[in-house]
Amino acid sequence: MFRFILQRVGLLIPTFIGVSIVAFAFIRLLPGDPIVLLAGERGLTPERYAELRQTFGYDQPLVMQYLNYLWGILHGDLGVSTVTKRGVLSEFLTRFPATLELSFCAIVLATAIGIPAGVFAAVKRGSWFDQSIMGTALVGYSMPIFWWGLLLIILFSGTWHLTPVSGRIDLIYYFKPVTGFMLIDSLLSGQEGAFRSAVSHLILPTVVLATIPLAVIARQTRSAMLEVLGEDYVRTARAKGLEPLRVVGLHALRNALIPVITVIGLQVGVLLAGAILTETIFSWPGIGKWMVDSVFRRDYPVVQGGLLLIAGLVMVVNLIVDLLYGLINPRIRHN
Amino acid sequence: MILKSTIRTLALGVSLAAMMAGAASAKTLVYCSEGSPEGFDPALYTAGTTFDASSKPVYNRLVEFKRGTTDVVPGLAESWDVSDDGLEYTFHLRPGVKFHTTDFFTPGREFNADDVVFSFERQLKDDNPYHSYVEGASWEYFNGMSMPDLVESIEKVDDMTVKFKLTRPEAPFIANMAMDFASIFSKEYADQLAENGQEAQLNQQPIGTGPFQFVAYQPDAVIRYKAFADYWNGKQPIDDLVFAITTDNAVRQQKLLAGECHVMPYPNPADVQGLKDNPDINVMQQEGLNVGYLAYNTKMPPFDNPKVRKALNMAINKQAILDAVFQGAGQAAKNPIPPTMWSYNDDVKDDPYDPEAAKKMLEEEGVSDLSMKIWAMPVQRPYNPNARRMAELLQSDFDKVGVKAEIVSYEWGEYLERSKAEDRDGAVLLGWTGDNGDPDNFLAVLLGCDGVGGSNRAQWCYEPFEKLIQEAKVKGSQEERVPLYKEAQVVFKEQAPWATIAHSVVFMPMAKNVTGYVMDPLGGHWFDGVDIEE
Repeated sequence: MFRFILQRVGLLIPTFIGVSIVAFAFIRLLPGDPIVLLAGERGLTPERYAELRQTFGYDQPLVMQYLNYLWGILHGDLGVSTVTKRGVLSEFLTRFPATLELSFCAIVLATAIGIPAGVFAAVKRGSWFDQSIMGTALVGYSMPIFWWGLLLIILFSGTWHLTPVSGRIDLIYYFKPVTGFMLIDSLLSGQEGAFRSAVSHLILPTVVLATIPLAVIARQTRSAMLEVLGEDYVRTARAKGLEPLRVVGLHALRNALIPVITVIGLQVGVLLAGAILTETIFSWPGIGKWMVDSVFRRDYPVVQGGLLLIAGLVMVVNLIVDLLYGLINPRIRHN
Repeated sequence: MILKSTIRTLALGVSLAAMMAGAASAKTLVYCSEGSPEGFDPALYTAGTTFDASSKPVYNRLVEFKRGTTDVVPGLAESWDVSDDGLEYTFHLRPGVKFHTTDFFTPGREFNADDVVFSFERQLKDDNPYHSYVEGASWEYFNGMSMPDLVESIEKVDDMTVKFKLTRPEAPFIANMAMDFASIFSKEYADQLAENGQEAQLNQQPIGTGPFQFVAYQPDAVIRYKAFADYWNGKQPIDDLVFAITTDNAVRQQKLLAGECHVMPYPNPADVQGLKDNPDINVMQQEGLNVGYLAYNTKMPPFDNPKVRKALNMAINKQAILDAVFQGAGQAAKNPIPPTMWSYNDDVKDDPYDPEAAKKMLEEEGVSDLSMKIWAMPVQRPYNPNARRMAELLQSDFDKVGVKAEIVSYEWGEYLERSKAEDRDGAVLLGWTGDNGDPDNFLAVLLGCDGVGGSNRAQWCYEPFEKLIQEAKVKGSQEERVPLYKEAQVVFKEQAPWATIAHSVVFMPMAKNVTGYVMDPLGGHWFDGVDIEE
């Protein structure tokens, strides 16, 4: 097991270097000089342009810029945003709890509904229940997130006044963030109604962000269950006269969960990508919105640093999923 | 154990709720702003969103724009004198002005000349400790308005008098002093931060003399201010001002309708009529201080011939553009400066839309089988919400007079750069939003001889026009300058280096109970003097 962990962790290093190169190159491949964009219609004199390039270090050869950047990373320095003039890491850490809170709620919702729905659909294969669940999942999977979010806002907030339109908490509540997680901070603040307000603000964004992962998880669970339900040992269990609930819940589901866990792990990447749109619609102050703004502003340090941090996060989650397999299925770690 | 902590939480909750009830009677105005400020030191930035959150609520300037106009009125300076040669500006400061007292700073003295000298020297002098207090501080607006070349020195004459010495007479200087970069900072606060090695806080926790004091900023979410009780011009009618940052315009509108905010900027033009029909919403509107234009390259034949340019201008159906591109949120432009600006010449007649006459004029000039390029910007700007669509309409208009046009476009940075070239092929769609409300800021920047190869996209250097604007630049009083600028607009129209297309109209929807809001022709959002009727 130890060797297995070492192997997996060792693989992270080349991946991380690869990501750092891609992140560095990606933003520079986009057309558009950040300094020209900074000045806009006003324009710059050639002298001023040269001066600014030097200030930001863009006058150095690309290789040098990359090496400086890598050197910085190794020292835990991701650079300073050219726009806000604040450290990239501290900007990331300010916003990350908001994204994490939203993504966590979304994945919990997606799993809590997706797995049972998939199991029922598999058990009742071919029934109207199965067909309607799979039909809904297909619709959910193909839903344009922006449109879906706006539709929910117009219905639930605009027309029925059931949920707030956007933001993380009602503006009457004001307290200094302690953990950055609004659900926890609102409880810590002790202000009456704050927690309730935080929960009500979470509902719509969670539903929107959970939509695609929910559909994927339900479909994956169904197909994995169908496969397992046809196995010999399930037939044997049934032949032994075990209760159907026990057969499905204990014998079949446990074995069907392996591919489902893979899918849930992969959804972390999907969630972070989906967060970009969801956060924009719901004015959710997370890293998705921060990255989009920075790409438009050609804020090189933020884009490359942000990409690196997000990629690092996805890698760590994948590592955990890999390790979990090893625990669930010993065959994997021996291979 | 759990029960115990629950009871404790509840008890705390009840007591805080009782406190909140007392605070609930405070008047809070919520503004759904369109984006996050880049920081709170306005001199470091050029974006209006940043100014709305920093210079406008928190700071004052020596002179200010009179609300709703581009006229300059006294601010932190009660009065000022200009020397006869136009090279010295002496400002007499307002006594008794206090800086904000917050939980991070308590001022030990009132506003004085040291603060003024500090606020400008940090931008001007390389050796000022605050000149590069954040990485990449470039003082873009200060430089963009050529202040380093213009200002020779800033002297403290006495505690309440400051003298600016200029290198050349320049009338627009006084309007520059009302711009966001000219906001006055507390030197005492800056010194205190420097002592503690916390210089960067100057850009994060602002202290000014303005109508609202900064309370807190949660990045990308909320900015909180409260009315400054000791404001020199009197405490504001509202108690708290909150910016709820909401980037999507459809969501902003839903928030306004749901009562989650009182005022929202930049509605989707297609939604404006619906908002106007809503009995709970008041939609204010005003022409923006901007112009969208098509600049011919007057150095390249046949566009070096004013008659050819004039003919093409006559081929353009502006009304169709206003309907299709601006969806009603625009006004046809006949002059290079917008109608809200002083010295606007309303007597100038716009070129009539007359394709037949245009065709004839082109024939008379011996132009046939002309093919040209039209450059379409890749981005949406206030003065041109959809350049691609505009270019297509121009293409079809030109086609009707026998001119074949090809539409080209580049990435925005490339576009700005390439369109400057003096040998550029084609006419460029671009525009301008005014900085200081001075006509010089449009006419000299965009059409002066110095701008050729740079911001003068028409590459147009015309002696009679240049003479007028240079003369107006050194004249001291507005009265003397007005006729010169009016004349310059006539010359511009005759020579037609651009097809002037449109000025945008800015809409500002707000709840009906919001009173006292005045729209700013310069595009800023101000909340001093605003009240909420109970």
